[in-house]
Amino acid sequence: MPERYDPDEAVAPTGAGGVMDLATSEGETLEKLPGGPKGTGPAELDPSAPSGERARSLWSDAWRDLRRNPIFIVSGLVILFLVVISIWPSLIASGNPLQCDLAKAQEGSQPGYPFGFNGQGCDVYTRTVYGARTSVTVGVCATLGVALIGSVFGGLAGFFGGASDAILSRVTDIFFGIPVVLGGLVLLSVVTSSTVWPVIGFMVLLGWPQLSRIARGSVITAKQNDYVQAARALGASNSRILLRHITPNAVAPVIVVATIALGTYISLEATLSFLGVGLKPPTVSWGIDISSASPYIRNAPHMLLWPAGALAITVLAFIMLGDAVRDALDPKLR
Amino acid sequence: MAERAGRDERAGRDERAGHAGQAGRAGQAGRAGQAGRAGQAGRAGQAGRDWPAEAILEVRDLYKHYPLTRGILFKKQVGSVKAVDGVDLDLAPGETLGIVGESGCGKSTLAKMLVHLERPTAGVIRYKGDDITKLSGRALKAVRRNIQMVFQDPYTSLNPRMTVGDIVGEPYEIHPEVAPKGSRRKKVQDLLDVVGLNPEYINRYPHQFSGGQRQRIGIARGLALRPEVIVADEPVSALDVSVQAQVINLLDKLQSEFNLSYVFIAHDLSIVRHISDRVGVMYLGRIVEIGRDEEIYDHPTHPYTQALLSAVPVPDPEARERRERIILRGDVPSPANIPSGCRFRTRCWKAQERCALEVPLLAVPAEFRLQEGPAQHPSACHFAEEKRVVPPGPEAE
Amino acid sequence: MLLEVRDLHVEFRTRDGVAKAVNGVNYTVDEGETLAVLGESGSGKSVTAQAVMGILDVPPGKIAGGEVLFQGQDLLKLKEEERRKIRGAGMAMIFQDALSSLNPVLSVGDQLGEMFVVHRKMSRRDARAKAVELMERVGIPAAKERVGQYPHQFSGGMRQRIMIAMAMALEPSLIIADEPTTALDVTVQAQVMDLLAKLQSELNMGLILITHDLGVVADVADKIAVMYAGRIVETAPVHDIYKAPAHPYTKGLLESIPRLDQKGQELYAIKGLPPNLMNIPPGCAFNPRCPLAQDVCRTDVPPLYEVSGERGSACHFWPEALNG
Repeated sequence: MPERYDPDEAVAPTGAGGVMDLATSEGETLEKLPGGPKGTGPAELDPSAPSGERARSLWSDAWRDLRRNPIFIVSGLVILFLVVISIWPSLIASGNPLQCDLAKAQEGSQPGYPFGFNGQGCDVYTRTVYGARTSVTVGVCATLGVALIGSVFGGLAGFFGGASDAILSRVTDIFFGIPVVLGGLVLLSVVTSSTVWPVIGFMVLLGWPQLSRIARGSVITAKQNDYVQAARALGASNSRILLRHITPNAVAPVIVVATIALGTYISLEATLSFLGVGLKPPTVSWGIDISSASPYIRNAPHMLLWPAGALAITVLAFIMLGDAVRDALDPKLR
Repeated sequence: MAERAGRDERAGRDERAGHAGQAGRAGQAGRAGQAGRAGQAGRAGQAGRDWPAEAILEVRDLYKHYPLTRGILFKKQVGSVKAVDGVDLDLAPGETLGIVGESGCGKSTLAKMLVHLERPTAGVIRYKGDDITKLSGRALKAVRRNIQMVFQDPYTSLNPRMTVGDIVGEPYEIHPEVAPKGSRRKKVQDLLDVVGLNPEYINRYPHQFSGGQRQRIGIARGLALRPEVIVADEPVSALDVSVQAQVINLLDKLQSEFNLSYVFIAHDLSIVRHISDRVGVMYLGRIVEIGRDEEIYDHPTHPYTQALLSAVPVPDPEARERRERIILRGDVPSPANIPSGCRFRTRCWKAQERCALEVPLLAVPAEFRLQEGPAQHPSACHFAEEKRVVPPGPEAE
Repeated sequence: MLLEVRDLHVEFRTRDGVAKAVNGVNYTVDEGETLAVLGESGSGKSVTAQAVMGILDVPPGKIAGGEVLFQGQDLLKLKEEERRKIRGAGMAMIFQDALSSLNPVLSVGDQLGEMFVVHRKMSRRDARAKAVELMERVGIPAAKERVGQYPHQFSGGMRQRIMIAMAMALEPSLIIADEPTTALDVTVQAQVMDLLAKLQSELNMGLILITHDLGVVADVADKIAVMYAGRIVETAPVHDIYKAPAHPYTKGLLESIPRLDQKGQELYAIKGLPPNLMNIPPGCAFNPRCPLAQDVCRTDVPPLYEVSGERGSACHFWPEALNG
């Protein structure tokens, strides 16, 4: 290694010097190990041995760290709020998102209607609140599905390698070749259901290969570390190696990509809806509102800004949450 | 009984091949008898401390060839990398066997096979008389308890996302029968104490430690299951000079405390001499010379050993003039394309026609067979001759 | 005097504070002389060399003071363009890792020839011929055939020879070799050190050899500077330092390495760890690990005391260290 200045290196724990002194109590240490070579019987408890605090683990440390992280708290509250209004939109919006008055089309903010009206004369505030449900459902479910399927397939392929890996790589290549919008037009046009599930299913179908690539790569990187060999030499099973050693070390890029993708899925839903193959009215979603408002951005920007702002805040909240979780899982950043 | 006979027969054949200096000294009859006894004792269960001074680990005819393939869908083998190409060795209880060699000589692959991280292409590794190369499942797990490894790189051998307590305690989670759940934390703290770390560091993460301290954590993990054999692959080469000595002393101390046997693999010949009872020199997948430390260092008979020793920079400027340097030609050939006959002949200044035709066996060379003394140790060279290349130290006289 | 470093200070600004990597280093190198700078990781030996070469990463690095006089000229006062002319032609550097120091997508002939095209304005064809000549000079067999090959097609030792060839190309008067053989096997290491020594005497160059290996130093150096925590703690001609070190750190290092010629007993181990550069102990930086430390060592930074004409030791108790 060329001698370089490495800040991490220089952080030797203070006060370690005394501990490293080998001159201390070399003879006694033997007796402290239960069942020493001569079978000295149960070890006597060393009264000077520090009882210390409770044993900690990565996850408990991460949780402790997160609870103190303002970014986590803020983004967590935003997400909690989104979830609550997705379930009970009437909590903060008394109107009906489908009750529109064409006479008020494109009108701006006025008392009782703080966000103004959209091109159909519907209340933008109510629609934005009600749109949260579909948009958040689409974003979160598609992301979870993609992350789950992608990281399981990618992770296993990366871990086991060989034929399964080769097959998976070719399959993902095929999926990469499918153009998203065209694929959506073809696949979703045959669906008649008006729920969000076909759209989510389509997104998962086209989205997982990307994450599986990333998961595969980071699993392969993690797998090459000596600590995996060390665990194997101890007799650890594959599942233990995967769960304890590989996953915590490979999960960071997956979290980052997945949280960024979340925003993409919400806007992809908008694109598909705009093309008439996504969600169909009377479903309310930010995507639908954004795409229907975008031609009028010059005359009536408020129609676009509110749902788009809600989308931006949602995406930002998830990305920040992802960042906070990723950082909390990296002990070096504590 | 058939199994035992087979083993005795193999032991006899080994003897005829005349390999392994240990075997030579032990004598054929004694050896065969002991092998039998060892086998019985092993089957009878955990023997006491009165284990006979018989090899705890025996390696015979060990090979590891990695196939070289071409093609993506239809793979065709076009050759093989012969990482380990016929290694025999014995490790006695409480002994340290040093293995030295340059990069690519197969010493790390050998280490991985000993701890069952790689499966040999051919050959046997016997732990207390039983072949462990074919084991799997529970039987393998049981053997793993007794043979542990210390890794080279303290930066990648510890999971950065586990606390020290989890790292050192993981062996107990994998082998829950060793320590009941309640006692584990105490055991981990004891282990940290044994390797010279503050037991209160149990909740820290690896990055909070320096290289030397991390290596201690790795050693504590290796000790957790109270193994009998530790295979250490370059355990100090990534450490600073002043910290190397601390870790070497620790390994020394642990060996006598826990009656460990070490296979100590390194490229630093001075460190290997310091820690080892016997030393094997590897070149291109084979051991070319093996013997007690003074036999190898002060009375080497294989030209490769001589060249290797003469090239080591000695921290003594006075020795500059007194030393004769053997500068070898060229580089180590590729293990995918090993020279015929003696594998060292392409760089050897003594090479003759015979060296290209005949593979030299690892045995006491004919010229030294009758001559008692330190030159009488196995050396795989047709033209072995003693040559002292390390000038004796000032205090050595 | 070919090179004189005077009171050089280098700092690194990091997230956690300022790391003082080099804290007042002085050394000199003459034509034809080999200075070995010995130290462990974090001792500042490479950072000093980078500052001399002008290849320090700025920021986070910062030269906080001092002078680097090369042939009488203070390099730190020169403009980057003028320094660039000195690099390569006046002084050159050899790195530890030849594989990452060579560009993997250019043939070695192109990389060697580049030096002549840029600095000497030679034509491509002449540069190519020069490249072959250089490769022959550093002992690469079949240079004519191999000049078009890429770095990965050469072995570690051959790559290091190519690095040496590149450094020698413009016949600089100073070579800085940063751990040039650490990544190599001993038999190859001997070949490379031999080559370096041969070229040095042929061209009468000054050589700064940066290493942690006390053995390599003993083999080639004329004088030694031992560094610890960004300071030179001992400097001496090579023979004296091995016979009788005058600083407890040097002494500890020498005693902590196992010997090749005898088995020996338990090794002496310097206790503790090298200091954190953000928080260097007050007084003598070595005091927490030093067997001779007294109260004065915890308060006063020891100057480089003169032990004899050419020797210096930064230890308040150097006579004890020398005789003890």
